[in-house]
Amino acid sequence: MLTLSSISVAFAGRTILHNVDFTLAQGSFCGLIGSNGSGKTTLLRTILGLVKPDRGTVDTGGHEIGYVPQKIQLDPFMPLRARDVVALGLDGNRFGLPLPSAARRRTVDAMLTAVDATGFADRRVGDLSGGQQQRIMIAHALVRRPKLLLLDEPLANLDLRSVAEVVSLLHTLSFEQRITVLLSAHDMNPLLPVMDRIVYLANGSSVSGTVGEVVRGAVLSRLYGYHIDVIRVHGRVLVVAAGGEDALDADAACEPVHVTQIR
Amino acid sequence: MFSGFMINTWIAASIVAATAGLVGFFVVVRGASFAAHALPLSTFPGAAAAAWLGINEIAGLVAFAGLGVIGIDALSRRGRPEVATALTLVMLLGLGTLFLSRTTTYAQEVYGLLFGQVLGIGAADIAPIALVSAAAAGSVLLLFRPLLLSAVSRDLAQARGAAPARTDLAFLVILAMASAVALPVVGALLVFSLMVGPAAAARNLTDRAGLAIALSVALSLLTVWAAIALSYLTNWPVGFFVGVFGALAYGLGRAALHLRRPRRAMA
Repeated sequence: MLTLSSISVAFAGRTILHNVDFTLAQGSFCGLIGSNGSGKTTLLRTILGLVKPDRGTVDTGGHEIGYVPQKIQLDPFMPLRARDVVALGLDGNRFGLPLPSAARRRTVDAMLTAVDATGFADRRVGDLSGGQQQRIMIAHALVRRPKLLLLDEPLANLDLRSVAEVVSLLHTLSFEQRITVLLSAHDMNPLLPVMDRIVYLANGSSVSGTVGEVVRGAVLSRLYGYHIDVIRVHGRVLVVAAGGEDALDADAACEPVHVTQIR
Repeated sequence: MFSGFMINTWIAASIVAATAGLVGFFVVVRGASFAAHALPLSTFPGAAAAAWLGINEIAGLVAFAGLGVIGIDALSRRGRPEVATALTLVMLLGLGTLFLSRTTTYAQEVYGLLFGQVLGIGAADIAPIALVSAAAAGSVLLLFRPLLLSAVSRDLAQARGAAPARTDLAFLVILAMASAVALPVVGALLVFSLMVGPAAAARNLTDRAGLAIALSVALSLLTVWAAIALSYLTNWPVGFFVGVFGALAYGLGRAALHLRRPRRAMA
């Protein structure tokens, strides 16, 4: 479905990604986990073909790809309804005026139903809540029925309830329509119940596998190049760098410490 | 008011207003107000150059609008778009000063180009104005969806294969064409208000893009018709009325939005 072979990307002499390899089977739900600046966005844009890798290949099997970019700021003054944004996902690159068509409307309506957005489909998109906007963005990305969906930090800036709703929506879509989902996040915890694969990025390198295989002290220590502890508390994971003091000093060290927020 | 030489003014002004209302919608939703302000001003020296060289005024305006587009686009690729826009504006305005100093154009005509004039439109001007306006309007309708999608998000447009950089350039060209033809009628300083006022009002009146465009065109036409009629009656400059009505339309749009918002929150 999706295979990356030794992808390397450098911008202005600085290595962003180094020998990134992984394969996703159809229908898998994969978290792309790493801290800010670890290369998650670059990796997603490379898969989309918007960034040319210096080395390595991306094989998407010729499948169409749906994409939800990070931090979309929808202008509250933009006179567009939520359904219009979904329709633009269908044919927003085409020339000419969109002529009213029953088939087009049915496709958009079906997508709005699939993401549970019928209740606010006719409202101005800029007036919707963050969670509602994220549903519309997912519908925009999926309306052409791609089999691969990439999402860049779709859970950032959402309240806890919306995070749970969006994760559960993505899991349902992935399961029911056999869509392969690759979703980047700096916090893996909301994804633990639904991820069957994880790609962990640090220092431009990656490890991938199941959560059980990857999220282990020994594996992450090798990836980061220094000692990492993985602590499991109440079904949640904390990734902590070399001892408590360093962990507290995480911001100064810039890496790694997803001392995942305490909720 | 509707006889003889005034007929040309009514026809030209209506064409120009409808085009400005249509193009203005995208100026507003794409946040291109500064370019919409700078392009007519950069275009204005074209009229001075045309007078100096003794060629058609509209041709001179279109040529300088083209220079404005090339300048803004080329410089935007290397830096921030608003700095590129400002630099282009300054360079072309400088040229305009030079051309004006070389010609024997009357101050009255310069004044008309800056602030608009009711009586300046001749029968020979109608055809080029109609042609350039039709090209601008046709391009907007052709690029309707890419223009809208890249206004929502450049990232989304890029992922959908709608090439936002090319769309930006195409939009500058459209904006330049609409500016060049509106300039002799409403004046370089106030083309901007005709592009922004009605469209900014319209986007607050509806949540549908198509309806917002129709309203923007209608408000723009009303603005220009009222401005010409009042200018004819009072002998005050057209530009003054265009500016006032543009601001008024925007104010009414904002008020309408405030009235609409609470209802929506309750729904």
